[in-house]
Amino acid sequence: MNESARIVTFKMDGREIGAREDETILQVATDNGIFIPTLCYLEGLSAMGGCRLCMVEVKETSKLVPSCVTYAREGMEVITNSERLAKYRIMLLELFFAERNHICAICVANGRCELQNLTVNLGMTHVHFPYFYPRVPVDASHERFVLDHNRCILCTRCVRVCAEIEGAHTLDVMTRGMDSRIITDLNQAWGSSVTCTRCGKCVNVCPTGALSEKGKAVADIAVKKQFLPYLTRMRRGKQ
Amino acid sequence: MSKMKIATVWLDGCSGCHMSMFDMDEKLIDILEKVDLVYSPLVDAKEFPEGVDVTVIEGGVGSEEDKHMLELIRARTHMLVSYGDCAVTGNVPSLRNRFSVDDLIKRSYIENVSAHGDGGGNVPGDAVPRLLPVERPLHEVVRVDVFIPGCPPRPGLTYFMLKELLEGRMPDLKEKTRFGL
Amino acid sequence: MHPDELLDLIDKENEARSRWKHTIHICTAAGCLSCRSDALKEAFDKEVAAKGLAEVCAVKGVGCMGTCNAGPMVRIEPGGIHYGPVAPEDVSEIVMSLDGDPISRLLCKESAVFSSRQHKIVLENSGIVDPERIEDYIASGGYTALSTALATMSPSDVIAHVVQSGLRGRGGAGYPTGLKWTTVAKTGSRRKYVVCNADEGDPGAFMDRSVLESDPHRVLEGMAIAAYAVSAFHGYLYVRAEYPLAIKRLAKAIRDAERHGLLGNNICGTTFKFGVQIRLGAGAFVCGEETSLISSIEGNRGAPRPRPPYPAEYGLWGHPTLINNVETFANIPPIIRNGGAWFAKTGTEKSKGTKVFAIAGRVNNTGLIEVPFGITLREIVFDIGGGIPEGRNFKAVQTGGPSGGCIPAEFLDMPVDYESLASVGSILGSGGLIVMDDTSCMVDVAKYFMEFSRSESCGKCLPCRTGTPQMYHILGRISEGGGTRYDVQLLEELCDLLKNTSLCGLGLSAPNPVVSTLRYFKDEYEAHILDKTCPAGVCAMASGRMVRQ
Repeated sequence: MNESARIVTFKMDGREIGAREDETILQVATDNGIFIPTLCYLEGLSAMGGCRLCMVEVKETSKLVPSCVTYAREGMEVITNSERLAKYRIMLLELFFAERNHICAICVANGRCELQNLTVNLGMTHVHFPYFYPRVPVDASHERFVLDHNRCILCTRCVRVCAEIEGAHTLDVMTRGMDSRIITDLNQAWGSSVTCTRCGKCVNVCPTGALSEKGKAVADIAVKKQFLPYLTRMRRGKQ
Repeated sequence: MSKMKIATVWLDGCSGCHMSMFDMDEKLIDILEKVDLVYSPLVDAKEFPEGVDVTVIEGGVGSEEDKHMLELIRARTHMLVSYGDCAVTGNVPSLRNRFSVDDLIKRSYIENVSAHGDGGGNVPGDAVPRLLPVERPLHEVVRVDVFIPGCPPRPGLTYFMLKELLEGRMPDLKEKTRFGL
Repeated sequence: MHPDELLDLIDKENEARSRWKHTIHICTAAGCLSCRSDALKEAFDKEVAAKGLAEVCAVKGVGCMGTCNAGPMVRIEPGGIHYGPVAPEDVSEIVMSLDGDPISRLLCKESAVFSSRQHKIVLENSGIVDPERIEDYIASGGYTALSTALATMSPSDVIAHVVQSGLRGRGGAGYPTGLKWTTVAKTGSRRKYVVCNADEGDPGAFMDRSVLESDPHRVLEGMAIAAYAVSAFHGYLYVRAEYPLAIKRLAKAIRDAERHGLLGNNICGTTFKFGVQIRLGAGAFVCGEETSLISSIEGNRGAPRPRPPYPAEYGLWGHPTLINNVETFANIPPIIRNGGAWFAKTGTEKSKGTKVFAIAGRVNNTGLIEVPFGITLREIVFDIGGGIPEGRNFKAVQTGGPSGGCIPAEFLDMPVDYESLASVGSILGSGGLIVMDDTSCMVDVAKYFMEFSRSESCGKCLPCRTGTPQMYHILGRISEGGGTRYDVQLLEELCDLLKNTSLCGLGLSAPNPVVSTLRYFKDEYEAHILDKTCPAGVCAMASGRMVRQ
């Protein structure tokens, strides 16, 4: 954070709000108790703006902006929830469900899944787009962890935590479009990775059941995300 | 006022959703005073009757028989409720969608046959309804009026939903249901 | 190279030219090369030598002449006689006829109509200079814009000309070039970059390819002028690896320009320095999007990042970066040579200058054309393109590739410029122009473009990654006869979602082919859905068959 950042005032959902100019709309909303749904965003990691759930309306333009990467500007008027946004957000959630094989009932993350929770929060009751049912594998070659592509939403939190926080950059993304896949090293089996430090950060940041610890049953994972804000805060202090 | 005609149907699912319906316990009595259960796995009716007010369907559409039945129900029902994850998403039965039906049959009736019998396994003939290429949720086949996800839907939801419908309201299920669990 | 040396070189080159009574120009750009114009050039070389004409007759490999469907093309000067297609067997006859009448059976029928409505600025050297000889480019007035700018203009003068010219980005979006240059010039950073986007990827588009293969120095000169204007010292040319000839000629052009002191240190005897490196694209369409292109040059996965910040402020390795398209840079030398006001005289009020189009599809003359803005689509398709073959009826023209839309006959008399095309639901895009007649099925066309967008989506943002395959899937089911009225609603919903929530320009514009065909050809969708027939007879209908969900 820039110490000399100016303070800007703007409107959010009709409320006058003051914020630092280097804060994103999402941060400001969170600080002010306004809920904006997110999936790829995670505090402590760089923002990638991929899930598009956090998009908000900015008055005076017809364009929607992703609030995780858009900064507060003097005098702007932000609307975080509207009929239009609610409609798009539900469609986006549905597209996630149609993309891979998300079968909540038999998922390790059942009950603790951010995707599943959002369906409740945003009121998604069913998927009205065709399902794809892709044949994607499960990598269980690692001694401690499992990577189940059926549950992956390609938010790349795992990729970012591995590169930015752990510094190993074991995980990355391969190919493109719907064929995009999280890989370890150069698309080797995770168990044979020489760069993986077995730290488990990726498992702890995964919003769904794509990454889990071995030996967990349905609805059995416990996610510890508190480490991330702590780590980033401590590192920032040192710089 | 005549009683509301209710039907419950079990398609391609595990019957867990029907079990969950019973979990409304003594409220069942309350409901049954106001409705006629005209068709259900629990009653003796052989044919799905005409003029049903509300049909609650558990399970997805897996076979030609399911599809036929669902189309019949749709034609004879005013309010169709897609009840539980299998009906709403395909859920566990849809796990088979990544494989062809032929592979599936081979795996189930030939490769996985245990040592007893002649060891060869028997692929069922005409007596068993033929599988559709993929397991599909109800709304991909017919129009659905109410969606209640959950595996199974939480106990008491049936009561809430029926009560709302009885009183002429569309049940607002927001934050009451969820996929899985 | 000092300006005086430049003039000396021009004199020397002109003296050599004056010795030649005849010059035989043979197209050696990719189109004609693919029908063996290299063998043709060899045959001419041999024949001219055998006849003892080597002293008075020059055989010159040049760039694209435009009439690609008549290739291999040969032009004889003086006289401006266009022959095409020419086979090696015709060579001795042509050489024999140099002093006599042209051979009528070989004359290229298309070239007269083809050139009638054209106005060449970007392509003024195409088909005239030898792309592999810097001397030829210099003798045609090349690099004088750069040397004039360095000697007599300040960077802000250069920008003022570009602003005055009204030039807009030719890559597709049409952002005012002068404004972009001003933004980059204003940033205080000591390290800035100039990047040329030559990752042309639209199906049916080969404008940039042709410019690079026919006149590579012009792009380099444009880049160097831009670098001077915004005070950058490093440049990158991002070319797709599928253009090997363009890459080869660019590499040679850079080497030659460096040898002549027109790139590198002390350009034209001044303290200005500018170096250009080539970077090859590995076949991802998305890398034509500027932030993906930057990411790719940096050595990362080619995926876009949200803008703002724009590359003009935060680009390559976080430094201010000026990114322009090949054609935009190619417009710069004539603007500096003749002044911004000269350029602004051509075109319409908001779209100045000319545009190069690659015209393809169901039209008699296909190839590369350059026309002033404001020309109508009818003139392009029927006058220059020569109309629809086999007496068939015009149905639509698709502009802007997978990001553009299909424009029906009712808009044929609309002037071609950025705003007009946008107002009917298409975009000008980079200049691909595909003509369709009544043998094209519009559902199939939409499906084709969606297949492209689906396979080229980078996968970073959800709406594009999964929305494009959804649309492709639904269009497929409609074209197979398994569609319902509800499918049209699904398509409309997805188009709306992608147009509003995608991360980069590709996802935002990916629905355009579907939106425009739904808008103008809804009857064709209805025929597929309700009557289970394809009016154009393209889609294989299998009504009654169980279509996979």
